[in-house]
Amino acid sequence: MAARLAEEWFAICGGCEVTILDIGEPLIDVLKQVEIVHMPVLMDHKLYGQTGESTEMEIPAADVGLIAGGIRNEEHKKLAQEMRKKCKILIALGSCACFGGVPALANQYSTEELVEKVYRDSLTTEKNGLPHEQVPPLTDRVYAVHEVVQVDAYLPGCPTTPEMVAGALVALLEGKPLPLLASKSVCDTCPTRREKKAVSTLKRRLDAPEFTPGAPLSEMRCLMEQGILCLGPATRAGCAGSDGNPRCIRAYMPCEGCFGPVSDKANPMVDMMGALSSIGLDPKQIQDRAATFNRFAGAGRLRPLPRR
Amino acid sequence: MATTLVIQPVTRIEGHAKVTIQLDDAGNVDTARVNVIELRGFEKFCLGRPVEDMPRITPRICGVCPWSHHLASAKACDAVFGVEPPPAGKKLRELCNSIAYMEEHILHFYFLAAADFLLGPDADPGVRNVIGILNAAPDVASRVVKVRHMCAKMLEVLAGKPIHPQAAVPGGFSRPLAGSERDQLRQMADEALELAKFSIAFAKENVFPKYLDVVKTLGVISTGFLGTVDDKGALDLYDGHLRLMKRDGTFVDFPYDKYTDHIAEHIESWSYLKFPYAKEWGSFSLENPAAIYRANTLARINVCDFIDTPLAQAELVEFREKFGRPAQLTLLYHWARLIELLYNAENTIRLLDDPDITSAETRVKVTPRAARGVGVTEAPRGTLIHDYTTDADGLITNVNLIVGTTHNNAPINMSVTQAAKSLIHDGKYDQGVLNTVEMSIRAYDPCFSCATHQLDGKLSVKLDIFDADGKLLDTLAN
Repeated sequence: MAARLAEEWFAICGGCEVTILDIGEPLIDVLKQVEIVHMPVLMDHKLYGQTGESTEMEIPAADVGLIAGGIRNEEHKKLAQEMRKKCKILIALGSCACFGGVPALANQYSTEELVEKVYRDSLTTEKNGLPHEQVPPLTDRVYAVHEVVQVDAYLPGCPTTPEMVAGALVALLEGKPLPLLASKSVCDTCPTRREKKAVSTLKRRLDAPEFTPGAPLSEMRCLMEQGILCLGPATRAGCAGSDGNPRCIRAYMPCEGCFGPVSDKANPMVDMMGALSSIGLDPKQIQDRAATFNRFAGAGRLRPLPRR
Repeated sequence: MATTLVIQPVTRIEGHAKVTIQLDDAGNVDTARVNVIELRGFEKFCLGRPVEDMPRITPRICGVCPWSHHLASAKACDAVFGVEPPPAGKKLRELCNSIAYMEEHILHFYFLAAADFLLGPDADPGVRNVIGILNAAPDVASRVVKVRHMCAKMLEVLAGKPIHPQAAVPGGFSRPLAGSERDQLRQMADEALELAKFSIAFAKENVFPKYLDVVKTLGVISTGFLGTVDDKGALDLYDGHLRLMKRDGTFVDFPYDKYTDHIAEHIESWSYLKFPYAKEWGSFSLENPAAIYRANTLARINVCDFIDTPLAQAELVEFREKFGRPAQLTLLYHWARLIELLYNAENTIRLLDDPDITSAETRVKVTPRAARGVGVTEAPRGTLIHDYTTDADGLITNVNLIVGTTHNNAPINMSVTQAAKSLIHDGKYDQGVLNTVEMSIRAYDPCFSCATHQLDGKLSVKLDIFDADGKLLDTLAN
């Protein structure tokens, strides 16, 4: 019998859903072995009945549930609870579901400040009222899914990778345990050349690093040692695709931390301060450290800024 | 008895919306609204950040069109810093844009929209999806999966990461393209062009003729159009100037940073999404929509004078002979999408054949300054405007974003109202009828994640509960 799959998305961009499609040709085999019972992006199951007359939301029972996105409104909360109730295994898909992701940067502001900006202080918007009917109330901040319901497994990344999604789905279909996440940092898997000493003070990412186009990445000096802030030391490995190189490094760009902290217990702030100091860089030069080091992990970590 | 139907979620689109249809006592449609129920808040939380971080943060507005945000953001940064990228930097960006377009147009047509046409609007919802297509047309499906995946691989070669890339930087592109990589991409581009040619021929033979009655009636409205053209008036998806066309076909052209002279955004109490309109054409009204315009594929195909690649131009000529200019029928968005797919396949080959594309000079140095910069690209779903202001240190002091789907908020509501009123009579409706109403939304390929980058807050956290007669029963507030 085909495995039953349910998917929901909350405060999302859709990139993790596109990543599922980016599995490529193995996708066809996977799709043939699952029965999708609820997945708004791909199929037409409706929450309030197919003709919209029910007053209770309902998701069919499923073997595997995927949730992308953090929790941003009360309806997301209810949907998370319904997913938990109906799915035997619940997986947080992508860094927004795992740790809040970029939308959790909003946790640095009060909702009043946000309203003011969007509806009353925008260049092109008429100040003619606020949306308040037929739309769900917002939660006070962005929550990671595990802050609201119990989550059984995590597939981090912004977006997560096709390899990780395929690995998880195939393991589940075969009744095997899910592959473990890497316990190393991006730095541990990065091929660039390190000499444990910075050759420049920290600089803005306005200029290109030094590299020889076409040469292997192992010939490029570590970006951080070139003075370019890289979140590699405080970020969980796993983004690298078939060539084994971290995705952003392939473009000669620094890691921005999208796989989240190296472990559940890790504190990116502490890890980054240590990594910077150890090669002679001054972390105090970085403005807005909390949001920079927790760009993808703000759900439990970012708080409203003190008012000036 | 009066009834409220809540079609939630609107499916096979990107992001969150529901349709609320209020039926009167006789079972006819009183009102039909598309409520966009999702918000995040980029314009606020980008404040204070270094402007060069914007091309990294803003793609997260949309994972389906991350390249559009990435490039509009990089262009806004160029404008803030007052620089022009070198030819290779510009062309690599445009190449990525065209490849991303192919990936997205293939995704929308085959994965999201096609099930309504190939399996039928009233097919069983369990079958009316991509898996149903896999079973009904396995050869087409596997070819589509392969080429779409190949487009993602092409972007990976160019930028390391196909979704939420970092390669476009203020002043250019971070990674030069090696000659050997170009050759590899060139072969893939040929395969993509073959699929693009097949797709429009397939649709013209198997889809559009069969559904001509639906095309002529479903969600039909009459509006103006917004898009981008180059200095010769040709379709351009990466750069050029804006063109706002009235429904009579007359138009004004204006540079990006003058958009505030032409476009304003209205707020309705029942949707988190704002409603842009052409403010010189009148005030905002859904009942008297004189100031409403549309964006996305049909709009671009309408506003351009011509397309500067031969196969797509031939399709445009045929399209105009059939439907005129501007064409208004909503389901023609699908047809226009396939013309654009062909254009992007041709443009990808043209750019890969350009000797500049492998130049090692891909970016120029930039220096922070206090400035305002407006960057615009045509996202697959419509004109995408990023407008940044910075202080002397190059930190963001103001952000205004108007994204593709937002332009179509009023038109989508108008089309849904038209569809619901023409399809639901005397309380008779079923899932097939309601799905047909949704088809008028799907034509626009909306991306409500994109559109709801804004964030609402506590002030609006209030829920009114009405009974079927519209009488207020209770109000919940925080």
